[in-house]
Order: sequence, then structure tokens, then C-alpha cells
Amino acid sequence: MARSTRVFAAVATATLLAVAAAGCSDSGGKDAEENDGGGGGGGGVNTPRMEIAMVTHSAPGDTFWDIVQSGSKQAAAKDNVEFLYANSEKDDEQARLVQTFVDKKVDGIIVTLAKPEAMKSAVQAAVDAGIPVVTINSGAEFSKEYGALSHIGQEEAVAGEAVGEELNERGRKNAVCVIHEQGNVGLEQRCAGVKKTFSGSVENLTVDGASKPAVLSGIQAKLEADGGIDSVVTLNADVAASAVEAKDASGSKAEVATFDLNAAVAASLESKQLSFAVDQQPYLQGYLAVDELWLYETNGNVIGGGQTVLTGPAIVTEEDAPDLKKFTERGTR
Amino acid sequence: MTATLPADPAPKAPDERLLHASPLHRLLGRPELGSVIGAVAVFLFFAVIADSFLSSLDTVLYAASTIGIMAVPVALLMIGGEFDLSAGVLVTSAALTSTMFAYEMTANVWVGVFVSLLVTLAVGFFNGYMLVRTGLPSFIITLGTYLMLWGANIGITKRIQGTVSTKSISDMQGFESARVLFASSIDVGSFKVRVTILWWIGLVALATWILLRTRWGNWIFAVGGGKDAARAVGVPVRRTKIGLYLGVAVAAWISGQHLLFSFSGVVQSAEGRGLELHYIAAAVIGGCLLTGGYGSAVGAAIGALIFGMAKQGIVYAQWDSDWFWFFLGAMLLLATILNSWVRKRAEAAR
Repeated sequence: MARSTRVFAAVATATLLAVAAAGCSDSGGKDAEENDGGGGGGGGVNTPRMEIAMVTHSAPGDTFWDIVQSGSKQAAAKDNVEFLYANSEKDDEQARLVQTFVDKKVDGIIVTLAKPEAMKSAVQAAVDAGIPVVTINSGAEFSKEYGALSHIGQEEAVAGEAVGEELNERGRKNAVCVIHEQGNVGLEQRCAGVKKTFSGSVENLTVDGASKPAVLSGIQAKLEADGGIDSVVTLNADVAASAVEAKDASGSKAEVATFDLNAAVAASLESKQLSFAVDQQPYLQGYLAVDELWLYETNGNVIGGGQTVLTGPAIVTEEDAPDLKKFTERGTR
Repeated sequence: MTATLPADPAPKAPDERLLHASPLHRLLGRPELGSVIGAVAVFLFFAVIADSFLSSLDTVLYAASTIGIMAVPVALLMIGGEFDLSAGVLVTSAALTSTMFAYEMTANVWVGVFVSLLVTLAVGFFNGYMLVRTGLPSFIITLGTYLMLWGANIGITKRIQGTVSTKSISDMQGFESARVLFASSIDVGSFKVRVTILWWIGLVALATWILLRTRWGNWIFAVGGGKDAARAVGVPVRRTKIGLYLGVAVAAWISGQHLLFSFSGVVQSAEGRGLELHYIAAAVIGGCLLTGGYGSAVGAAIGALIFGMAKQGIVYAQWDSDWFWFFLGAMLLLATILNSWVRKRAEAAR
């Protein structure tokens, strides 16, 4: 034991020396990171301090929900709001989290309705306790029924339909829709939407989203098995990068399009490796939800007059890429 | 059943594996025999029903190699009687460490790669050390590590980089040379040999040599067969087990670097969950016993091959992908049943 500990100490020391002596990179890295503002300081409002909680169905570590949160935090800072966040991918836990915030008597709750039935009683408990609720992202059709003020989000099926139409305009015939998480209702709705408006044929392909090599080899296999495929549609920004790799590796001429954005997607749009992306503006969902609760509290306003407020689908291409790159690197788009 | 009886592991004592036997009998006694038959069956099956399966074997091998690299040390660990549930997320941790260290320090990418090796080894050492110090089951220890790593992957990435996926390091110095080592490919005719396949073959060869030709190999079989008996005859049980966890760490580091360098230097922090079960499954399909003391590195490689063939073959066969996981599970179960049936017949025939 003593020997292995000594060896370990020696190795650790060697590393520190190596790191100290190592050459630095002249390109890229933090030093090259441009620091172009983003967090608009400015003065906030002087309305009384509010406490607003958000509970989502996000799995831990999802880029998308990061962007939603950064929108909420920006609005919270401006509105003199204390912003609280919790998430669980399991529906019963998500409902319990909402109940916790009801017990805590926060001044407003933002919730996603990805699994509407499970969330029904929790949302109604909040409304009964006199806490205004705003729903975001998914579950537009249930929002009003459960007693929420308004719904802010993109309808998945509508977004899928927009992709189908875009593919038609580009003269595509044969598309694959890549589902990276089996059993996720929203993803199925997106593919179903594509199928609805696309005049060519659409096939769904299930891949293992937990492993990039598995995603890559799965898509590559599909492209090799069917040479007639001319479009690959991915449902998440991280999968899009793997789809581009798979296309290159298989020598296929298919175009890759994706839902949702991140910095890598913006760069791939610019280099035309991706043909287009569907942006549902998650930042806006987080930002508007907090603003809505603040407006309602201070002025009785309802954004959208009680109708669903759509944040997407907006189709972005290489023309939008330069601006998008700036925003995606900041984590707000 | 167990290959080595730990009651008799003194270096010079005759080991039943070294006794004279006819080549056929020796072949029948190998742990991987059944899985070879299973692999051939899966191969023939897809070669017949899936059009582009044969012409795309390079993709199949790539898919198998990404599981296979990890299945080798996981198999050794299982032969040594332990599990590692943290192996899947450790791969992601290794990739995250390299990229974030290089990025934050604006250092040459190789510095990040080297620091990542140390961090990964430290995690492996932690697993092994906690195991031998506390005497708790490895299931509990590595479940704890798994959850901690998973949380740390996301938490630290978010704290340092502001979002849950990393910034690209593909424009930094050293990226290209590291990519050659961890994520390049060589064209042999129309066949694309990805470098992970070479890493995989190398690791299988190394592990097989360790298991069958060195003192360490005997120790691994001995601690898996019965650690108290092994300790009684002087096998350094603690060092052997810690060493096995360090082996898993090294393979996780290699896999992690592949993950980083093959995907333009961007890593998503929540990845890797659930893959540990794929590695364990590959080892078990390849003939490792869940109870330890029996198995081989070649078997684990064949297990990974079956896994890779089934995974890719289902797509090449163009089966309805809603049923993907069902088909994969059924294929694996069938291959394993065939495998154990062949082994039982072989043992009965001895």
C-alpha cells in the first residue's frame, strides 16, 4: 500500500512539473475567448422582491434547459426576482417538486407539462393555493384546463411540420428522423410532424443517445443500408454533430438538418455541413415565463391574452449563422 | 467449474490449465469457445438477411471496438471477482478533464490529455482503495463513484464553462496529433480501419498475455476464485484488486480521448450513463462468470463483437427501429444461451 501511494505521489509531482513546463497553445482556448458582454447589467425594477420557482422534466445536464434557465435568470435579475430551479425526468418526482414549492408558498411557479396527467393535481394544488402558474415548453393543450395563466412554448408537431415543409422546398425525397431517446413523447411528435407535411417518405431511426460512438455508428449504418436517403433530421443539437460525422464517414450525400441550437450547430450551419436548424428559442421560454409572472403580479397583465405564446419554430440557415454563433457561444441561444 | 482452484496457487505447483491435454480438449476447455459459436451464428444470420452488412464490416467493427476497449479490463476485473459500475461515466469524465484543462489553461491539448490520465487513474485508485479498505461490496463502492462522477461531470462542467457541454478545442495546438492517435482511421482498400480497432486488439493481446503468461494473471484468477484462500497462500489481494481498477481507468481514459477527439473536441457532460452495463454484458457473453474466477480477455472481445454485430445488424436489416432495444436484447440472450449450451456440451465431452 505504502508503495503504491508513493508511486502515486511521484506521478502527481511529475505532472505538476510537466504542466508547468508545458508549452501553451497559441490558438483557441480561454485566452482567445472573446468576451462580448451578454449579461446586460443595467438597473432593475424596484418592485417588491418576488420568489419564482421553475420545475422542469429535464434530465440532468441537458444543454437545452441550460439555455431556458439563463433566460429566466436574466429576467429574474431585472425584475427583482429570486429564481429557484428544480428538475426531474421522472414524472412523479416532478409533481412532488411542484408540491414542495407550493408548500414553500412561492409567488409564482413555472412548470413544463411533458407528462401532463402526472402534473395535473400538482398544478391545480398550486392554483388552489393562490399561486399563479405559467406552463412552458410542452403541454400547450392542457395549460388552460389545469388553470395556468398562459403557455409559452413551441408545439412540437408544428415544429416538425415546418421541417417537413422546408424539406419539400429543398426538393428532398427520402428522410430519416433520428430518435435519440426512445419513448419520449415530444420527440415522437416532432417526427410525426415531419411525416405529416413532407411529401417524400420518412422513416424513424432509434439510436442510443447516451453514447456518441453508438449514435455515430447507428446513423452511419442506416445511411450505408439505404443509399437513397437524402436527408437526416436530428432532434437535438448534440446528435446533429454525430449525424454530420456519420454522413462523412459513410460517403453519403444526404443533407443533415436539426432541431435546436448550440455553438457547434451554429458553426456547422456556417460551414454548410448542416442545411438548416429549427430554433424554438428556449431562452425566450425562460425569460418570458418569469416576466409574465412579474407582469401579472405588478400589473395584472397576461402575455398573449391567455392564448398560447409560440416561441418557435423559426428556421435558421447559414445566413443567420454569424449572429447565432455569437449568441450560442454565450449560452443564450 | 472454476478454472483455478485457489487452494493451490503457489507459483511452481502444477496448474490444471498447464497440464498436458490434447489440442481438441484444450480448445473445448477455453472460456470463449461458446461465444465464438455465438458470434459465428450472429454473423451468418446478418450476412444472410441484411444487404449491406458484409460490405460495411468496418462500421460493425468500429461499433464493437468502442465497447470492446472497455470490455477487456472490465472482464479482467470480473475474473478478479469485482464489478465497476462507474466505468461508463468515467469515460465521459476522462474526456471532460482533457478538454476543460486544455481550454481553461490555454495549454497544449496534450497537457490536458496527460492530466486526464492522472485524474482517471486517481478515480480507479479510489475505487480499488475504498474497496480493499472498507471491505464493502464493489457494487456499492462503484455505485457511489458512478453517482458522484455523474454529478461532478455535470456540476463541474457547468461551473467552469457556463453550460453543460464543453467549448470546442479543435483549433488548439496538439489537437491534430492527438486526433491521429485516438480518433483517426486508415484506409485499407475500401475497408476503413478506425484506430479504436487497433487499440482494442492491442488491449486484448496485452490482457491475454497478462492473464496466461504472468504471475499477475494467476493472482487475478486466484482473488476471483476465493480471496481468503488466495491471501492465505500469499497472493497480494489488495494490490491485485487496486491494479484491476487502475486497468479499467486506463481503458476509460483511452475511450474518453476517442470520444473527445472524434467529435470536434466537444463533450457533453451527461453522456455515458448505462454503458457500464454494456461492458459487463460483453464480458458475460464472452464467458466471464458473474461470480468471478473464470473468463478471458478474448472472450470479452468476442462478446463485444456480438454486441456490435447485433447493434449494427439490426439497422442494416432495416427492422422497425421502434423495436431496436427489444431486438438487441433478444439477440444477446440467444447468443448467450447458445454460448452456454455449447460450453456445457464441451465440458460434458471432456
